[in-house]
Amino acid sequence: MDLTYTPDEDDFRARLRRWLGEALPTLPPRPAAADWPGRRAYDTTWQRMLYDAGYAGLHWPRDAGGQGATPTQHLIFLEETERAGAPYVGANFVGLLHAGPTVAAEGTAHQRARWLPPILRGDEIWCQGFSEPDAGSDLAALRTRAVRDGDDYVVTGAKIWTSHAEVADWCELLVRTDPEAPKHRGISWLALPMDAPGVTVRPLRTLAGTTEFAEMFLDEVRVPARNRIGDENDGWRVTMVTLSFERGTAFVGEVVACRRVLAALARTARDNGRWDDAALRRRLGRLAAEFTALWRLTQWNVSEAQRTNGVPGTGGSVFKLRYSHARQELYDAAAEVLGAGALDADHEWVAARLSSLSYTIAAGTSQIQQNIVAERILGLPKGR
Amino acid sequence: MDFRLTDDQEALRAAARELLAGRFGRERLRAAVGDPALDRGLWRELGAAGFFALRLPEAAGGVGLGLPEAVLVCEEAGRALLPGPLVACHLLAGVVDGVADGERIVALADAAQGPGWWEHPDDCDELIMLEEPQGKPCGAYRTPAAEARAAAPPPPSSVDPLTPLAHLPGPSAPRTPLGAAVDVPRLRREAALLTAAQQLGSASRTVEDAVGHARTREQFGAPIGSFQAVKHLCAGMLVRAETARSAVYAAAVTESEQEVAAAKLLADEAAVRNARDCVQVHGGMGFTWEADVHLHLKRGWLRAESWGRAHVMEERLAAELLAG
Ligand SMILES: Cc1cc2nc3c(=O)[nH]c(=O)nc-3n(C[C@H](O)[C@H](O)[C@H](O)COP(=O)(O)OP(=O)(O)OC[C@H]3O[C@@H](n4cnc5c(N)ncnc54)[C@H](O)[C@@H]3O)c2cc1C
Repeated sequence: MDLTYTPDEDDFRARLRRWLGEALPTLPPRPAAADWPGRRAYDTTWQRMLYDAGYAGLHWPRDAGGQGATPTQHLIFLEETERAGAPYVGANFVGLLHAGPTVAAEGTAHQRARWLPPILRGDEIWCQGFSEPDAGSDLAALRTRAVRDGDDYVVTGAKIWTSHAEVADWCELLVRTDPEAPKHRGISWLALPMDAPGVTVRPLRTLAGTTEFAEMFLDEVRVPARNRIGDENDGWRVTMVTLSFERGTAFVGEVVACRRVLAALARTARDNGRWDDAALRRRLGRLAAEFTALWRLTQWNVSEAQRTNGVPGTGGSVFKLRYSHARQELYDAAAEVLGAGALDADHEWVAARLSSLSYTIAAGTSQIQQNIVAERILGLPKGR
Repeated sequence: MDFRLTDDQEALRAAARELLAGRFGRERLRAAVGDPALDRGLWRELGAAGFFALRLPEAAGGVGLGLPEAVLVCEEAGRALLPGPLVACHLLAGVVDGVADGERIVALADAAQGPGWWEHPDDCDELIMLEEPQGKPCGAYRTPAAEARAAAPPPPSSVDPLTPLAHLPGPSAPRTPLGAAVDVPRLRREAALLTAAQQLGSASRTVEDAVGHARTREQFGAPIGSFQAVKHLCAGMLVRAETARSAVYAAAVTESEQEVAAAKLLADEAAVRNARDCVQVHGGMGFTWEADVHLHLKRGWLRAESWGRAHVMEERLAAELLAG
């Protein structure tokens, strides 16, 4: 049980802090939430700055162009960038956290050389085309068909809830290449160029009023077979590699941010008089315990990942279950602090309250996470 | 940073588990339900195994380990439902003669912050109270057990069959200062943490019991653990226990007042809620005296009342939000 950092890690933190202190003031102003081209430009500018400073793909292996940092260094990076108010990974999320690591782990030398450097430099944005109208939690039920025709696959089908589809250059696409095989065995993973003829993106409006995700229609889109990562029909296994990355480290910075928001809630409550309500104080006190524990749970999971060479374990599901719920509780408490102000959709906490509702749905719903915990960690039998 | 247990810590935990399984297995546990008098022989063995002297320096006959190790031992005791003032004896070893080796048994109670009772009055030799008696400074005071019992109203009938209780004595009982060496805030903090560790042990034990039952009990031609409603109860239990574990272990390392408060709050919740869900997973069997789960629930309730109840810890954490 060692929570201290080595001199090397302290040094890494100090250098990072120094760099953040110099780099952040040079960033352009943040674009408006609805300005997607502006957001893409902002997020890729930041990624380019990270690249030039040697912080891009920190947790990626060196032979994939990453820095080969330890999980602990990655944790420090996420903690410090959040503390300093640096931009989130934003539009680079899929490239850095799913598609890139998948190409790095499963791609050929040629594929790695083609796709990894542009992700690290912020030149290319990826999105994730997994979910379909009839394949959500039961992802393996996906039906988008890819039929081999010479050197190409001809892809036809529909994807949905595709985040950042409007601004993406590439899509990590799951397709069915063998309709006869059992559902997990007939899937392949393709890199789809978003500007290919036959790709139509139609933005969907979320309950927060924004257009964070989209529907994507694929009408006989030709995708070169060399864009397939892994073997034909082996896409399910290839995909599972990505999903474990998604659940492992995606929320570290957010936990740090939530602790800051909580302190801001307390100060606001003191200033507007709601602090006199013992029930509210106790609620905030409990949330403080919650986020303290979540931060420690993150350190626990990172320590475990260190043992498994960076691949996050099932602890990620435990974390995601608790965190997604805690985040919703946090912004419900914010609404209590704000009182009637909680009806003002422009307030930052109100927007966050609305978007917090997606946390128990996206990246595997809470019910699915509970199934995973029960079956894979606790060993309860599969079934109903 | 490596938050995982070291090999030595793993070994210590395994040894504590083995000792408790051997000396306080299910048969002994059930016998204690009928007769909760403490087994002084067992207490001496725990003393010999270093449960109490764990953190005393080796030069003073102790084991020379730290708070994280004490947390692991208390966690195991909580798992095994070991009755008796383990936390008190651990904290007062080296302060009260004879406690370190298990010869003397002492209770520790916080008269200033509650809950106003102490455990195992008939088995303890002495009661140590943290209080501020009239005209005296706040500190730790000792009272012989018999005199403490005599100066108190008739004892309540304890909800936990393994933990007899007595009210704290009135002002007529004699009190001698325990000596200058006692750091009261630290004693309170460590008592809260070690109590949380016991809660954690109980919380993870009830996960195991629920899961074990869910795997074997069949209804509708299938193990009940294959029904999602049961699965999700079990998953929720694990999430509670593991979240509490991170908080308790971290508090053992940092010893910060805030982290101890967080640990106590989350471990109390994990112990009590997990015991209740464990009752539910056991169905009618869970509602019997015969099943052990009610013993976890009742001890969980008892510990949740001691060394920082939920509202105290929540207010403390809230105040810190403004200070930080
Ligand atoms: C903000 C946001 C962004 C997203 N971004 C992307 C993206 O970029 N790319 C992408 O591919 N997908 C994305 N998704 C999709 C997301 O992965 C799916 O929404 C999610 O997997 C659930 O699938 P579904 O919406 O079809 O719901 P369903 O699977 O239909 O679930 C509906 C309800 O039924 C429950 N349920 C379903 N099956 C079970 C079961 N076996 N046991 C118990 N309960 C069950 C669910 O928990 C849920 O409550 C995003 C979603 C959101 C909200």
